[in-house]
Amino acid sequence: MYQTTYHRASSIDEAVRLLSEAEDAKLVAGGQTLIPTMKQRLAAPSDLIDLRHIPELKGITVSGNSVRIGAGTPHAQVADSQEIRAVCPAFCELAGVIGDPHVRHMGTIGGSIANNDPAADYPAAMLGLKGTIHTSKRDVSADDFFVGLFETALEADEIITAVSFTAPQKAGYAKFRNPASRYAMTGVFVAQHGDGVRVAVTGAGENGVFRATELEARLAGSFDEAALQGATVPSSGLISDIHASAEYRANLIVVMAKRALAAANG
Amino acid sequence: MAEITMVVNGRKVTQTVEDRTLLVHFLREHVGLTGTHVGCDTSQCGACVVHVDGKAVKSCTMLAAQASGTEVVTIEGLAKGDQLHPVQAAFKEHHGLQCGFCTPGMIMAAVDMINRHPEGLDEKTVRAELEGNICRCTGYHNIVKAILAASEAVSANRVVAA
Repeated sequence: MYQTTYHRASSIDEAVRLLSEAEDAKLVAGGQTLIPTMKQRLAAPSDLIDLRHIPELKGITVSGNSVRIGAGTPHAQVADSQEIRAVCPAFCELAGVIGDPHVRHMGTIGGSIANNDPAADYPAAMLGLKGTIHTSKRDVSADDFFVGLFETALEADEIITAVSFTAPQKAGYAKFRNPASRYAMTGVFVAQHGDGVRVAVTGAGENGVFRATELEARLAGSFDEAALQGATVPSSGLISDIHASAEYRANLIVVMAKRALAAANG
Repeated sequence: MAEITMVVNGRKVTQTVEDRTLLVHFLREHVGLTGTHVGCDTSQCGACVVHVDGKAVKSCTMLAAQASGTEVVTIEGLAKGDQLHPVQAAFKEHHGLQCGFCTPGMIMAAVDMINRHPEGLDEKTVRAELEGNICRCTGYHNIVKAILAASEAVSANRVVAA
């Protein structure tokens, strides 16, 4: 790891100020992606601004069907939240299969979403749930937030403060893990909302998370795996690498969507 | 440079180290506790697992500066004098180690796992929860046995584990 200067922010305002003052600063929340990346010398920020000690970023609030999660909330806390589980168990299930128990103690929802790794789990949930990303400047819908590979709508001096969503009628998540890295080779989040169905796919798209509109159309009438019998999705725009071809991932999307539906209806 | 203060195994430690120092290097090279191992150094193997404020974390994936102000427990902090922690005793009894390199991380992960499951553990849960700890010798079988036995021993004795 190259030299860096560590700062511990105690408020969002302080973090924003530190971010604007430093030459090439990065925010660190749980650090479960950033620290390994720095160790590989693939990132070399001049300054690190630690967000873990900002009280405003913590906490889970569930009011009726509205869920709001502070950006600094670790995956383990989301996975264990009985309040979230009561209205959207799929969200807890998803949080509980990120990384491993030790990673889940550190990694945060805000960090995952800000990084927008094309194989990360949370972006699929946020897109599938029509979620909102709250920042130090504004509220952005998930539809507009995830721009591309490791790219989001976040500006250089903008910090995610929380995410929120309205619990759907039903939801489910299924992922096919790369057997070595355990990252999603394809993960699908399905959700049935009052006004339609969403199918969000991670781990498969060249530009990161996206909606499988072909599958959404099929499920509009019947939120059941039977409705996906014979369904296909185009392989164009899907990742092709040593682990799986684009065609294989296209097939995995349908298979994982069926499993996610079974989980949602189970 | 950063002045780092933390309580390690009940003892307050203050050291001035480079900001980029990883927690695992702080523990091994600055505090002199070499029981915590560096295995893969890429956040996968879990040989470096320690407890920070009561939660298992990979100490190769956290800066010492991030851990400043916390309470850290390492493998050296588990036994009470000559009396092994129930999880250590179970690993010994059930032959849960061969070369022993992964063992510090395995045991710290197991203690955390048992703490998080006061209702008890089954084999499926133990195997799933060991996802972040890699052992290349044992095939995991005796590690799983040891953790299940320790979980029962801890529940039976109502021992509050570290």
